[in-house]
Amino acid sequence: MPEARVIPLHAEGTEGGRRPRPRPAPRRASRPGVGSLAERTAAARGTTVGRDQDTGEAGETGVAPTGGEVAALPTPQGPTELEARVAEVGEFLQRRLTGRYAVDDFGFDRDLTENVVMPVLRPLYEHWFRVETIGTENVPLSGGALLVANHSGTLPLDALMTTVAAHDDLPVPRYLRMLAADLVFGLPGVGAVARKAGHTLACNADAEALLSAGELVGVWPEGFKGIGKDFADRYKLQRFGRGGFVSAALRTGVPIVPCSIVGAEEIYPKIADLGPLARLLGFPYFPITPTWPLLGPLGLVPLPSKWYIEFGEPIPTDVYDPGAADDPMLVFNLTDQVRENIQQTLYRLLAGRRNAFLG
Amino acid sequence: MSEAPSVVLVTGVSRFLGGHLAARLASDPSIERVLGVDTTPPSREMRRRMGRAEFVRVDIRNPLIGKVISTAKVDTVVHASLSGNPGASGGRSMMMEMNVIGTMQLLAACQRSDTVRRLVVKSTSAVYGASPRDPATFTETTEPKAIPPGGYAKDAVEIEGYVRSFSRRRPDIPVTTLRFVNLIGPRIDTSFVRYFSLPLVPVVMGYDARVQLLHEEDAVAVLERAAAEDLPGVFNVGADGVLMLSQAIRRAGRISLPVPQPAVPLVGRFTRRARLVDFSPEQLRLLNFGRVVDTTKLRTEFGFTPRWTTVQAFDDFVAGRSLRPIIDPATLGRVQGAATAVARALPSGA
Repeated sequence: MPEARVIPLHAEGTEGGRRPRPRPAPRRASRPGVGSLAERTAAARGTTVGRDQDTGEAGETGVAPTGGEVAALPTPQGPTELEARVAEVGEFLQRRLTGRYAVDDFGFDRDLTENVVMPVLRPLYEHWFRVETIGTENVPLSGGALLVANHSGTLPLDALMTTVAAHDDLPVPRYLRMLAADLVFGLPGVGAVARKAGHTLACNADAEALLSAGELVGVWPEGFKGIGKDFADRYKLQRFGRGGFVSAALRTGVPIVPCSIVGAEEIYPKIADLGPLARLLGFPYFPITPTWPLLGPLGLVPLPSKWYIEFGEPIPTDVYDPGAADDPMLVFNLTDQVRENIQQTLYRLLAGRRNAFLG
Repeated sequence: MSEAPSVVLVTGVSRFLGGHLAARLASDPSIERVLGVDTTPPSREMRRRMGRAEFVRVDIRNPLIGKVISTAKVDTVVHASLSGNPGASGGRSMMMEMNVIGTMQLLAACQRSDTVRRLVVKSTSAVYGASPRDPATFTETTEPKAIPPGGYAKDAVEIEGYVRSFSRRRPDIPVTTLRFVNLIGPRIDTSFVRYFSLPLVPVVMGYDARVQLLHEEDAVAVLERAAAEDLPGVFNVGADGVLMLSQAIRRAGRISLPVPQPAVPLVGRFTRRARLVDFSPEQLRLLNFGRVVDTTKLRTEFGFTPRWTTVQAFDDFVAGRSLRPIIDPATLGRVQGAATAVARALPSGA
């Protein structure tokens, strides 16, 4: 089935006539006031890329939920709309300052994710990387599922963009609970935000707890080997861990959704690695890219590659016997099957892509 | 199967948990005698509350405790004196002495006794440590990734080791080990309670811990149930739900003071010297990473469901201590009202 949807990537000809990103209309309507300022600036940028910019889309925006620039923005809404927005922001701030919000056992803070994390990531998703999602119907809308994806890009922006895709591009928004390395949770700032955004340590206990609670769990089994590989090795899948994710899915009987991400390899092309410095800082690698550390902080700006995220057909795991998770051969085979699936999809998407930045 | 206790010995009765447990047991007419031991006599209010329970002033580090057990024909021993609050225990080395040596002596006395047929030990979830490499929730079988380096947590690990070897030597005595999370409530005095009572609460910059609490009343009820029935095994004891440290501080109306990681030991020393809060290094790690335990076994096997959730217990603590919020929610409401009024007054598209 996915083949049929890929053909337009070949066929779409001229620079200016790119197909607008398929996006369920109701979601847009239900989220009118998100990232307005950044959306507008990115919209201006978008024209240089030659993509059809829906200016109406950017114009109807109201107030960024975190912002205080309420009055400064030229908004077409009447005062009642503005009033509602101010009230909404005020309520949010009041909730935060008095601690009246709920977090789950993993530290997931839905209020913060919905009102701060997503609005921060969304402009990057919509206007910088212009992410196109394919096969969203393959992601179950409810119940546990394990999303397995390829990892790349030196910094885990691919993982963050996938959380936005799962939230914005599915008919029913879902929170993707990622499994991350312990390094993330040891870092000041990053670890705290990661917990609040619903992510947890990549270990079987947490994976199974989340999956049996009916959550959508995301895993990047290549780990540091995938995200930190050289630019020359782009889109070559590394070893898929030790198959721990497959046994977690088998134990909880949830489907595995292969997810292929194209575009993330080009955001920070890693051309060299300063191993000793990385060891000194306690990081798995210290990347050298054409802009980092040459241009200083400017080198942290990711290159605006065009992204595709394709969700493949789910692989059921409830068809196996209850003891299947303890059969290493079956686990290896399933791991290979998922890996092959993603690798083939990557090749197919790449074949359909003419330019890393224009798509 | 499990006989009801007739003579119960409770350690640590001058402290909240032991004292209130002795009081509850004393109000149960089916229990013949309740003996409370501690090194310092309980407060007058506590003694009144304890009713017919008898207080025996004896140091559990002394072999005399064996004599108390044999002469009174004690059949149930509740070791509730394990403490993580050095301020109330006469300093850190004294606390360690009381915790570790006291437990060893008490276990030795129980091993000799031919009347004891049930042992309940209060332990702590600090035995799991706290590190970024731990799973989100600890079950009773989770191996700690980082063995607690010292202080209270290491004492607790050692105590649990002695308890395990005791059960090997006396397999006929069912032993219940209860790993409590941090207790909170309007009346109990713990390091955590003192910490949240500070007007400016120091937190580690860049970290926000998940905090799981247990209401003081629930803690007493769990010990009471463990004393009344044979429920051998190790159980995590904690309330439902989680508060983030920052969220708890905001709920209490306090202001958090972010301290950079390298300065944390310094601030810890300061609050100890100033007799405000005494956190040992491994408790400071808890402020970095937090700790949540899985209480499924408590509900299913032990048969106890805490009445208060973490949030309710914390709110009860805030209300019971009548902590005056530094940021008044009413002020926030007024500010929001003013902002809405300004928005209304603004011309459209201003």
